[in-house]
Amino acid sequence: MLSVIYAILFYVATAILVVGVGMKIRKYARTPAPLKIPTTPAPTTAWGVVLRMFREVVFFESLFKSNKWIWLFGWVFHMSMWLVLIRHIRYFIIEIPGWLSFMQPFGIYASFGMALGLIGLWGRRFLVERIRYISNPSDHLMLALLLTIVISGMLMRFVARPDILSVKAFFLGLLRLRIETLPADPILLVHLTAVATLMIVFPISKLLHAPGVFFSPTRNQIDNPREKRHLAPWAAKLEG
Amino acid sequence: MADGDDLRKMEHPLDIPCLRPGAMEGLEPFIAAPEHQAKLGFPGELVPNWKEKALEKMAELAEKNRAFQVYLDACVKCGACTDKCHYFLGTGDPKNMPVARQDLLRSVYRRYFTFAGKYFPKLVGARELTEEVLHEWYSYYHQCSECRRCSVFCPYGIDTAEITMAAREILDHVGIGQKYSNEIIGKVKDVGNNLGLNPKALRATLEDLEEEIEDDTGISVRLPLDEKGADILLVTPSADFFAEPHIDGLIGYAKVFHETGASWTLSSYASEAANFGLFIGSYENMREISLRIRKAAEDLGVKRIIFGECGHAWRVAYSFLNTLAGPFDFLDQNYPIPQHILEYTWDAIQKGKLKFDKSQNDHIRLTFHDSCNVARASRMGDMPGGQFEIPRNVIRAVCNHFYDMPDETIREATLCCGGGGGLLTDDLMDLRKKGASPRMTALQQVTEEHGVTHMAAICAICKTQFSKVMPVFGYEMDSIVSVHQLVSNAIILTGQETGEDGNEDEDGGA
Ligand code: SF4
Ligand code: SF4
Repeated sequence: MLSVIYAILFYVATAILVVGVGMKIRKYARTPAPLKIPTTPAPTTAWGVVLRMFREVVFFESLFKSNKWIWLFGWVFHMSMWLVLIRHIRYFIIEIPGWLSFMQPFGIYASFGMALGLIGLWGRRFLVERIRYISNPSDHLMLALLLTIVISGMLMRFVARPDILSVKAFFLGLLRLRIETLPADPILLVHLTAVATLMIVFPISKLLHAPGVFFSPTRNQIDNPREKRHLAPWAAKLEG
Repeated sequence: MADGDDLRKMEHPLDIPCLRPGAMEGLEPFIAAPEHQAKLGFPGELVPNWKEKALEKMAELAEKNRAFQVYLDACVKCGACTDKCHYFLGTGDPKNMPVARQDLLRSVYRRYFTFAGKYFPKLVGARELTEEVLHEWYSYYHQCSECRRCSVFCPYGIDTAEITMAAREILDHVGIGQKYSNEIIGKVKDVGNNLGLNPKALRATLEDLEEEIEDDTGISVRLPLDEKGADILLVTPSADFFAEPHIDGLIGYAKVFHETGASWTLSSYASEAANFGLFIGSYENMREISLRIRKAAEDLGVKRIIFGECGHAWRVAYSFLNTLAGPFDFLDQNYPIPQHILEYTWDAIQKGKLKFDKSQNDHIRLTFHDSCNVARASRMGDMPGGQFEIPRNVIRAVCNHFYDMPDETIREATLCCGGGGGLLTDDLMDLRKKGASPRMTALQQVTEEHGVTHMAAICAICKTQFSKVMPVFGYEMDSIVSVHQLVSNAIILTGQETGEDGNEDEDGGA
């Protein structure tokens, strides 16, 4: 019964995540940018824009210029998250390749980075008056949700290990449209419920910053308005 | 409302204030009269179904403008932008923090257009659109100079200026326009420039200037108007025709053209580089004004278009002109279309076409104010950042004593003058003074360290704003100078006597 509920939960969550984010991306992609508005100095070539976006999403360049504390906590959180996510690939494939085994310890200890980053960011929401002013309840809830995921994950790794092979079997089964038995471990269930919740709220929350950053005209436009005429389809109609 | 006499004492230019909620609440520039609205195609007063109209417009903008759509969704409230706005630094009003300014509109967008906002409004800070909200928008979206400083520092490049423009566009469409901007746009449509200066008055002004130059230098330098067949059309902000120090800049352009032997002309039909359509976020109005420049270029049969010193005008020219009024296939493709006067002058300097006596500027110890629209929304020359180097190169070529202000207040991080984006109006003087404080504090620092006496700018709005607010900060009103004014001071025209006793003997046959 429990296994069935969680199987449905994850199918639904995945569907909402994929379809929801897909629809948002389609909307962003289809909405024209009527004018050239890169924040200058901006790259003058497509290759330059790729580099700018790379620095932005890998190093958080603008945030680094802006505020070293937010950068530190934000960057440590996000990069740790990638390591942790990579480590989790092992629950979705049967044979663990060598590089993934190699990543295992990094993925494990990165959880501390995630926790630290989140606590730092959350602390600022209380301590810095300006950030307290702009925070909504949803901003706190999002941090609470993420921290729940991280801490429950850490508990399972460092304190009370569940029957991890059954968990893996459960997810491998889901991938093959089979429902295997999920261990009824409370910490595991908290972890999984929080993850599914995150997947569900992704397309309707500020987590949209992830796809959004790639569509930000101030960052992804080439600075070449004199050389190349830029015209939105709706604006072309004005020219009659 | 205080009129700027409660200016905050700043320790350094980016000194972050404590929050002062409500400090600038209720500040509203004059609302446009029905006749000003009508000329722009907007309703004259608040329409009865304003709520539907406003939401309709919001939905339309979200469909037509990717920036608006993405920026409303992407903000994570990280707070990185909260201390980046000069109006926040100067007033302490939390609604002048960029993200809080965006939220004034985002909260309404969420309420009507997002799942979370419709069903959990409290949770995500969503709220109903009411008449109070409209007025709050009117107030705080006229406390943003659309300077884009915040967009430099946001991890997603969220540009509050885009939200401000959208908000003003929505307000215009429900009948609440800003008098200052909309009246001016009307004048451009009627007469061709922001000042409503007619062709006859313009011609007389230019003739006076020709006389003045000849009296000064003994050389006849022309300022041609509406000359068909000239090579270059110069489009410059109309303030260059009458206000100090702008006019000295215009004299500088004329001298440079004279020395390079250029055939050039001004146009009475397009006697305005400024384009306030940008400020109100109206693509259609911006396009209509831009098309005047195209028409003037076609009618006069010129080969090139050059823009005079003006910040937002250069943004519209550099970034948008090709979009709004292009393609310019009838112009000479060997030159950038359009070109900035500083690109032209710097090119001439590099080719050795201009001779200078730099000591003519020795009474000045100078710093340079990067205008926001030039710095963060355009470029000069071939390289990114040319908009910072080229003006400085020209300044160094004509001036012996040049010192930059602190790094975190110049170039892409430059602080707005406090009067940009349609706020250069007396009814916002309190805000203008407070918004200028960070820039003025940076200036005071180089005055203390290097004895800087003057600041150069390449924007008509900056120049006007500074000549008004500099006295509040202990400077003379003529401490603000045009870059081409410095060029004009130092340039030695061919045949010009440079001795002490002037040029009385020249026979005026030119
Ligand atoms: S820096 Fe950008 S993402 Fe962060 S609060 Fe400001 S607008 Fe939002
Ligand atoms: S665009 Fe400039 S004036 Fe407007 S919120 Fe951003 S920093 Fe402030």
